[in-house]
Amino acid sequence: MIVIENLCKAFGGQEVLRGVSLEVKAGEFVALVGMSGSGKSLLLRNVVRLIRPDSGRVLVDGRDVARMPRAELEALRSRIGYVFQSGALFDSLTVFDNVAFPLREKTRLGTSAIRRKVMEELDQVGLADAVGKYPAQLSGGMLKRVALARTLVRDPEIILFDEPTTGLDPIVVNSILQLFDSVHKRLNLTGILVSHEIPEIFGIVQKIAMLHEGVIAAVETPESILCSQNPVIDQFVHGKAEGPIAT
Amino acid sequence: MCFGGIMRDRLIQWGDWLVRQLARLGKSALFFLEAAVCCLTPPLKGDRILKQIWFIGWKSMPVICLTAAFTGMVLALQGHPTLRRVGSEAFLGPLVALSLIRELGPVLAALMVTGRAGSSITAQIGIMRINDQIDAIELMGLNPMRYLVAPNLIALVVAMPLLSAVFDVIAIFGGYLLGVRVLGLNAGAYFGEMNNYVVLHDILNGFYKSMCFGALIGGVCCYKGFNSKFGAEGVSAATTQAVVDASVLILVSDYLLTALVN
Repeated sequence: MIVIENLCKAFGGQEVLRGVSLEVKAGEFVALVGMSGSGKSLLLRNVVRLIRPDSGRVLVDGRDVARMPRAELEALRSRIGYVFQSGALFDSLTVFDNVAFPLREKTRLGTSAIRRKVMEELDQVGLADAVGKYPAQLSGGMLKRVALARTLVRDPEIILFDEPTTGLDPIVVNSILQLFDSVHKRLNLTGILVSHEIPEIFGIVQKIAMLHEGVIAAVETPESILCSQNPVIDQFVHGKAEGPIAT
Repeated sequence: MCFGGIMRDRLIQWGDWLVRQLARLGKSALFFLEAAVCCLTPPLKGDRILKQIWFIGWKSMPVICLTAAFTGMVLALQGHPTLRRVGSEAFLGPLVALSLIRELGPVLAALMVTGRAGSSITAQIGIMRINDQIDAIELMGLNPMRYLVAPNLIALVVAMPLLSAVFDVIAIFGGYLLGVRVLGLNAGAYFGEMNNYVVLHDILNGFYKSMCFGALIGGVCCYKGFNSKFGAEGVSAATTQAVVDASVLILVSDYLLTALVN
């Protein structure tokens, strides 16, 4: 469903992505891991054309995202949910209005139907009692849940998570990852999860791709990555200070 | 390094600078063009337009009224002694009215709106940019230009002539208060001569200028916000640049529009 082919991107002469290739099949949930600054979020942004690659391509259902006309891109984006690291909630809107926003703007649903759907999604993420609050009044974990609800309310087929658990305590991290897992299983979504939560993510993804020095160093199952002989993966997965990755 | 080498390096630097400036100009022209298309084609966001008209128009009223009153009074205070010297105090009304309707009303109202509402628009859009909120709108399959830029532009084009008209009326009344109530000019002469000298062309002139200034403030402030760099410093710099650029452009375009119309 998502095929990334030899993707390259540089900023000011510094090559961040140097030929990334990755395939995510329909219904598959893949974790993208790697050092901070390795280009994981950048790769995700290329998938939805928030950034265009210097070379290489991203195919979604066989169509090159970078070459799509605007109307087709908007249609594609309507099928993709993207959960930002910051949540990217509209700070001048309440939780309810944030979740209702895409429905009001992209559908012809009536007020009562929108209310019902928004409340359903907020209930799923355990925030039905926070509808009147503003993003500034929410904790980090609650922000991520609202962001997820706003993404899911559009019924996406593909979902991209950009470090959705960064900066949260372990209990909240686990509860949010369990939420992602249940959503993935319930809706059979195709997804890419950028995360540093190792080994917490192992239970919820089918494959783990490691981005290192601008390329995908390995794509393995969670079970096989734990006993990988690749020194880069071994160091990263087990959090060793010594090894080929400079810290 | 030889002279030829130094010259070559300088030429490369200048060429590089020129290309970057042209690229910026092209980028801003494309931004304005897309914004104009979004303003002129459906769907328009009526609720957001009304909200922005209320924010830009109604909430700017206190500052517009205050500055207008004092501008009118200063015009009367400065104009009266000069006119008295040539025995033409009766022309104080037309002097105040024509100065305001043709030039000062639209320009000063636009400068006030730039400082009050324009800076706020830039900061708001800038913060949305750095917090990924604009990207979030795009990823919902929506066009952020339609949500953030078009309503502000339309609201400014609608609100500016109205604010300018309010500015003119309050300033003329300020001039009346000082000229008639303080300096003892005849009230009939103040308003009567105004009636003889101010023509529809003057009023339309000010009206069109205000609309142009509205579009200019909207375009510059939204563009700066949209292209804000990261962090609080980036938004702060964008806001400052927006106010400075819009103010300078208002004065430059005022001259050009005046030269064009007259």
